[in-house]
Amino acid sequence: MIRRTLLLSAATAVLAAFAGGAGAQERVVNVYNWSDYIDSSIIDDFTKETGIKVVYDVFDSNEILETKLLAGGSGYDIVVPTSNFLVRQIAAGVYQKLDKSKLPNLVNEWDVVTSRVQKYDPDNAYSVNWMWGTVGIGYNVEKVKAALGVDKIDSWDVVYKPENLAKLKDCGVYVLDSSSDIVPTTLKYLGLDPESTSAEDLAKVEETLLAIRPFIRKFHSSEYINALANGDICLAVGWSGDIFQARDRAAEADQGVVVDYVVPKEGAEMWFDQMAIPADAPHVAEAHEFLNFILKPEVAAKATNYVYFANGNKASQEFIDKEILDNPAIYPDAATLEKLFTVSPYDSKSQRVVTRLWTKVVTGQ
Amino acid sequence: MAETAVSSSSGLAAAQPAPATSNSLLNAITSRLVIIVPYLWLLFFFLIPFAIVFKISLSQTAIAMPPYTPVFGVDGFFDALSQLNFDNYVWLTEDALYFNAYVSSVIIAAISTFLALLIAYPIAYGMARAPTTIRPTLLMLVILPFWTSFLIRVYAWIGILKPEGLLNQVLLATGIIDEPLIILNTHIAIFIGIVYSYLPFMVLPLYSSLEKMDYSLIEAAQDLGCPPISAFWKITFPLSLPGVVAGCMLVFIPAVGEFVIPDLLGGSETLMIGKTLWNEFFNNRDWPVSSAVAVILLLLLIVPIMIFQSAQARAQEQGR
Repeated sequence: MIRRTLLLSAATAVLAAFAGGAGAQERVVNVYNWSDYIDSSIIDDFTKETGIKVVYDVFDSNEILETKLLAGGSGYDIVVPTSNFLVRQIAAGVYQKLDKSKLPNLVNEWDVVTSRVQKYDPDNAYSVNWMWGTVGIGYNVEKVKAALGVDKIDSWDVVYKPENLAKLKDCGVYVLDSSSDIVPTTLKYLGLDPESTSAEDLAKVEETLLAIRPFIRKFHSSEYINALANGDICLAVGWSGDIFQARDRAAEADQGVVVDYVVPKEGAEMWFDQMAIPADAPHVAEAHEFLNFILKPEVAAKATNYVYFANGNKASQEFIDKEILDNPAIYPDAATLEKLFTVSPYDSKSQRVVTRLWTKVVTGQ
Repeated sequence: MAETAVSSSSGLAAAQPAPATSNSLLNAITSRLVIIVPYLWLLFFFLIPFAIVFKISLSQTAIAMPPYTPVFGVDGFFDALSQLNFDNYVWLTEDALYFNAYVSSVIIAAISTFLALLIAYPIAYGMARAPTTIRPTLLMLVILPFWTSFLIRVYAWIGILKPEGLLNQVLLATGIIDEPLIILNTHIAIFIGIVYSYLPFMVLPLYSSLEKMDYSLIEAAQDLGCPPISAFWKITFPLSLPGVVAGCMLVFIPAVGEFVIPDLLGGSETLMIGKTLWNEFFNNRDWPVSSAVAVILLLLLIVPIMIFQSAQARAQEQGR
């Protein structure tokens, strides 16, 4: 993973150097986004419309993005951190404020999203929403039915009650390797404040997770897409859009695997992937043009239709496939929205405690 | 490591007493220059980076770019020296996690090294005894896997080892097993990955020491009535010992700090120092503590190697 990242960044550096050499004739924007997260025709359309070349590079964890940004001189013009990472990076001085005069398409934004994002980015000064979603349960419908005798999952009980998860052990359970998502989710299930950092509450989380640990095959943040789609596993706690991608791949493969996603009734974490411009970005003007392009309703809709995540663009909703817009697991209805919660980042002391707890859960040490 | 060995041996070759001709002075200068290259290499690619890592290990985390407090710059050096603190090192001793991770890494690396030796020895022996004409081809075959990316080769093992992978399909089809073997995400998969990836590093030094061996010694032993097995232990193995040691070092050292193989092939419960370091660096954003982990890892590896080196040197002195 590291090596691939190193290679990619080396390649980007070389590309950037060439781009710099091309000078005035060619305009470039260096974008660093999550893997499997864009319809590539959007990039082509942008280049066609503006003549700006896009150097597109990908990562698969917030931690890698953050480490690059904190080291400085990453060379990227647009990066896409998740909201709870964004807030700390703003504090560290990683980003520059957006020049809103260059972003007329900001009028298309959806207040449901922007108001919640203000918790991380006050006044929405530094970032624009790319996609948002939830942390829920993806499952193989047939296999879960065979193991548990239920047609539908609707509660976190399936995951957090050891006697339930034990029945799914043999067909395979994956959980996100992300303490910042799973710890708040577990707190919520236990009826506690998802943002709690008290030792007592975290001890309960640890106890709950250790009880189900023996039935979890692996903690990983991207392998579950293929594993679910291939029918290698029957349940994954993961990010909404990833599980919808698994559902689609399974449908395409037509091997009889049916995947479904649920936002459990106890509630789920809501997260926001935000596009922002690093303070040391070499192509600031081009970055603003890119953001403004992404904020077009047709473009945002195209992106959502491809990745199955909801976006923060109200005006785009008329162009979004009905199947996606009407799916409460992607675009939650008012009742579901009530049950979703957002989490703040941990301060460094709590972060250490949570990471330590997570290491204990994952490795047993 | 390998580069250093190569350049220092060429340095030695150049340093051999030159014939007393008019250009002996020139020769002396050239040989000095040749010796300097590996030292410069060490300075720029080992000592200076190590000094930077050590410096970071003495600072504290901060929400900033880069995410730690500056320790000492050029000015105020002595001022800063007085407030050096080793908190991060104390921290490592307070939580058993780090100790366990070091121990577990060393055990995994030791077992892998031993397995690699068991597999590589017959290969190297076979190569060394093969007709001279086909030896270059055999050597080529050992090196060939390097032409594919290391990462892709490790990924390929996922395809082979997973429950519905190649290996299980073959075993199920032939009726050797009834249920797929669970190998992926276990320690066994890590051993397979490490042994496979580092096998050439074991084979090559073994081959070079076995190839140089004088086989008339074995013939002599057999003439004198020594059975083949005991001739192997009394002659072949001791003579190949430098190759064994070099091969074990080349496998053991990178295996201890290995991150990619346990991450891809190992299970969640695999505890290795590389992964612990990754967690500190990426998840906790604690560059100082992760630097301290790295410094300790280096000391743990270097100290035994140096003791071993000096013991070797002394043994050689006595042997003369």
